[in-house]
Amino acid sequence: MNGVHDLGGLQSFGPVLPEQDEPVFHEEWERRALAITLALGALGQWNIDQSRHARESLPPATYLSSSYYEIWVRGLEVLMAGTGMLEQDGLRARTGAELLAGVSAQGSYERPTEREPRYAVGQRVRARDLNPVGHTRLPRYARGRVGTVVAVRGAHVFPDRNAATLGQLPDQEPEWLYTVDFTGRELWGEDADPTLTVSVDAWEPYLQDVTGEAA
Amino acid sequence: MSTDADHGQHHDHPEFSELSPMDARVRALETLLTEKGLVDPAALDAVVERYETEVGPHNGAQVVARAWADPAYREWLLKDATAAIASLGHVGRQGEHMVAVENTPERHNMVVCTLCSCYPWPVLGLPPVWYKAPAYRSKAVIDPRGVLADFGVTLPDDTEIKVWDSTAEVRYLVIPRRPEGTEDLTVDELAALVTRDSMIGTGLARSPERVTP
Repeated sequence: MNGVHDLGGLQSFGPVLPEQDEPVFHEEWERRALAITLALGALGQWNIDQSRHARESLPPATYLSSSYYEIWVRGLEVLMAGTGMLEQDGLRARTGAELLAGVSAQGSYERPTEREPRYAVGQRVRARDLNPVGHTRLPRYARGRVGTVVAVRGAHVFPDRNAATLGQLPDQEPEWLYTVDFTGRELWGEDADPTLTVSVDAWEPYLQDVTGEAA
Repeated sequence: MSTDADHGQHHDHPEFSELSPMDARVRALETLLTEKGLVDPAALDAVVERYETEVGPHNGAQVVARAWADPAYREWLLKDATAAIASLGHVGRQGEHMVAVENTPERHNMVVCTLCSCYPWPVLGLPPVWYKAPAYRSKAVIDPRGVLADFGVTLPDDTEIKVWDSTAEVRYLVIPRRPEGTEDLTVDELAALVTRDSMIGTGLARSPERVTP
């Protein structure tokens, strides 16, 4: 979805404002928002891509004017409504020990696959010009641009399919994941910083071969 | 309505006075979820405790200091960061696929998540507000030198800048350059020089004279 969460390259937000000796939380409700988010996530009613999609589907003005924990809380409200979890029987609050074991676990999204990776390190690839209305993790600034594969990261669950409609079983068939370098000039034009390189982590369906394209 | 009597109570429990809209909203949410048996407030306390006190950039600082002090560990970290970091006990959510990237005189690395707030929790803890805010997420990929200037950092014009946009479940940790004059320091003393921002790439490690004047 071409949403306002896809912020890379916008120029209207002013300077970055680091805070000296920033506390982990600024308000008590932020502590609870974090913990509730993790506690409800542990009930298995949605996956990380469904929750990301709930947050990025908030109304644009709400998204841009909310702190990040506020985005989390509003996203949770969407997820709770979409799964009907308040009306479900058989869900049980996780204990502290269960939650701590969960956050200490390595919940990898890497999956075995019998397919071979289509691209290799050093190969030039073009990020497809995709504009899906659902969830995607290919940022707009990279679409249509040519880059170079610098790493093959294994086969991972593909977010565009994993972000299934709430309540439906997601398709977790994995896709090969690559890190792709783009020069600043490829992304931002001739006036870009000549020393800049930006990489994105891109699943195979985001990429296409440039062999045969005119250089 | 406020009376003198409950004024006293407000002083004892300042969190109950003048609830902000978000405070009220999250309290209502927690109450509802508790009544429905979906969350246990004591379990929430345990999660908060974990992320407020135990997990934080001190974990990543140990990793970096070890890499500075121990060439074999540095090599392992650059080759298989997930395993090298796990060997120091830092595992868990948002750290499943770690990659360490090393700053050199020729190249400076910076990490961002333009799409949301992806961040290596086991080594850096929860992200600071600025990391999740639009200014950083928008600017890092198009004007990283401008971001560095916002943090008071200037690099030579010919230093390559590499920005890693965390668009998948890979999480990046920057190994900042080891400051000069630190040859005789212990690993713990070195770790004290490693700031959170230096491991995101928006800052540099501290010089020892600024730590122990």
